[in-house]
Amino acid sequence: MRPLEPVSPWLRIVLGIAFFVVFVAAWSFATFGGFVSKTFLADPLTMVNDGWTLIAKFGFMTDIGMTIWRVVGGFVLAALVAVPLGILMGAYKPVEAFFEPFVSFARYLPASAFIPLLILWAGIGELQKLLVIFIGSVFQIVLMVAVAVGSTRRDLVEAAYTLGARDAGIVRRVMMPANAPEIAEILRLVLGWAWTYVIVAELIGSSSGIGHMIVDSQSLLATGQIIFGIIVIGLIGLVSDFLFKAVNRTLFPWKFA
Amino acid sequence: MSKLSIEGVGRVFPGVRGGKPVTALQPTTLAVAPNDFITVLGPSGCGKSTLLRIVAGLDHPTSGRVLLDGRAVTRPGPDRGMVFQSYTLFPWLTVAENIAFGLEEKRVARPEQARIVAEYVEKVGLRGFEHHYPKQLSGGMQQRTAIARALANDPEILLLDEPFGALDNQTRGLMQELLLGIWEREQKTVMFVTHDIEEAIFLASRVIVMSARPGRIKADIKVDLPHPRHYTVKTSPEFSALKARLTEEIRVEAVLAAAEH
Repeated sequence: MRPLEPVSPWLRIVLGIAFFVVFVAAWSFATFGGFVSKTFLADPLTMVNDGWTLIAKFGFMTDIGMTIWRVVGGFVLAALVAVPLGILMGAYKPVEAFFEPFVSFARYLPASAFIPLLILWAGIGELQKLLVIFIGSVFQIVLMVAVAVGSTRRDLVEAAYTLGARDAGIVRRVMMPANAPEIAEILRLVLGWAWTYVIVAELIGSSSGIGHMIVDSQSLLATGQIIFGIIVIGLIGLVSDFLFKAVNRTLFPWKFA
Repeated sequence: MSKLSIEGVGRVFPGVRGGKPVTALQPTTLAVAPNDFITVLGPSGCGKSTLLRIVAGLDHPTSGRVLLDGRAVTRPGPDRGMVFQSYTLFPWLTVAENIAFGLEEKRVARPEQARIVAEYVEKVGLRGFEHHYPKQLSGGMQQRTAIARALANDPEILLLDEPFGALDNQTRGLMQELLLGIWEREQKTVMFVTHDIEEAIFLASRVIVMSARPGRIKADIKVDLPHPRHYTVKTSPEFSALKARLTEEIRVEAVLAAAEH
């Protein structure tokens, strides 16, 4: 092993799976070996069993569906507002001067702290859940997109000017395509954060969703179900990450050529 | 009438943090005849790039003005094509799409665009690479594409800012021949900035020598080598004489510039 020396694709996959194996082995050792009380930590088999029961008897797939819809819904709304605003802020400095201080401030407002307020305003329905995700994501995306667009290579902008592009053309034909891969990357990152907000939103005042199931299981001391819920979230995250990367590769061949 | 006239153009950069203002370029006057190929030669820091950027409209003079065909230059435009030292191809566009960038901006019809692109791909010898992305090209190929991109717009004047500066010696020599060949066939007004003496002589019909700190024109030398020029001209006695003369001019400036640091 030497610094920065690449690994073969095969070895990469094997090593990646190996850690999962180590992780489950350590978990099995702690639980089956009787080192941890069953009340506090279910063993892997119980977890799988509980998970199967959840899906087969208690309609857990509906919960998963609800949670995904909330994340995606709130996230898409946030992106629809934040990406255009971020592009405008990155391109036009007066727009940035107008919004940037407020957005920087709003970014530090914890989305979860808005939940009680949002329940008062929007009730405990879907709108409230979407708003939590929206508040948690929108300011982050705005700032990161603005920074990305603002740091567009100056020489590319100048080259476009000497080729006859006007100001709107610079934004549309240089700044947007130049930063599209980075904007996609920002969205992938923030989507990961949105997953933490949705669970928090579902822990409070909800009657469906993965978070709701986790709170219910807590009162029943069903740690197997809780762990199953957490693992499902992890798996969905992994799949969405994979999809995002695959889509980026097909959308931006010039970046990966 | 001259194609390009630079009338008393000077550039002073304001002082940084209360420091003294820096004169990058003293008021400079220069007239360029139609279809002339002039090279602007000088050590680094002599304001030659500043002058070129002002002609391009990418920088503003603090005094004087630039006229192209009698019209004052106020902003960058497609009538002044530019090739930069850094690689400025748009990385998200293929070679063909890069060359068509200005045509698309002018709303040239697609079939006409394709015809012009094919013509310039041929001229810079990039057939077969039309659908490559810049990342897949060598430095020399990228700069050839950049030249094609600027020329496809059919500019009144072509501005080049040390375009071959980052290339290895052999590639640079080939690029010079390519550019000169295009100029000999097409007849274009060209202003080419460089710090390479051989390059300045080989390409130009007129070499403008600039002095450093503050930048000003020091000498204006006609190059009477016959066209079409072959690379072997670089070993001719006439070429050597010019090179010796320019080396002396530049050396004095480089020594002065070095002494200031």
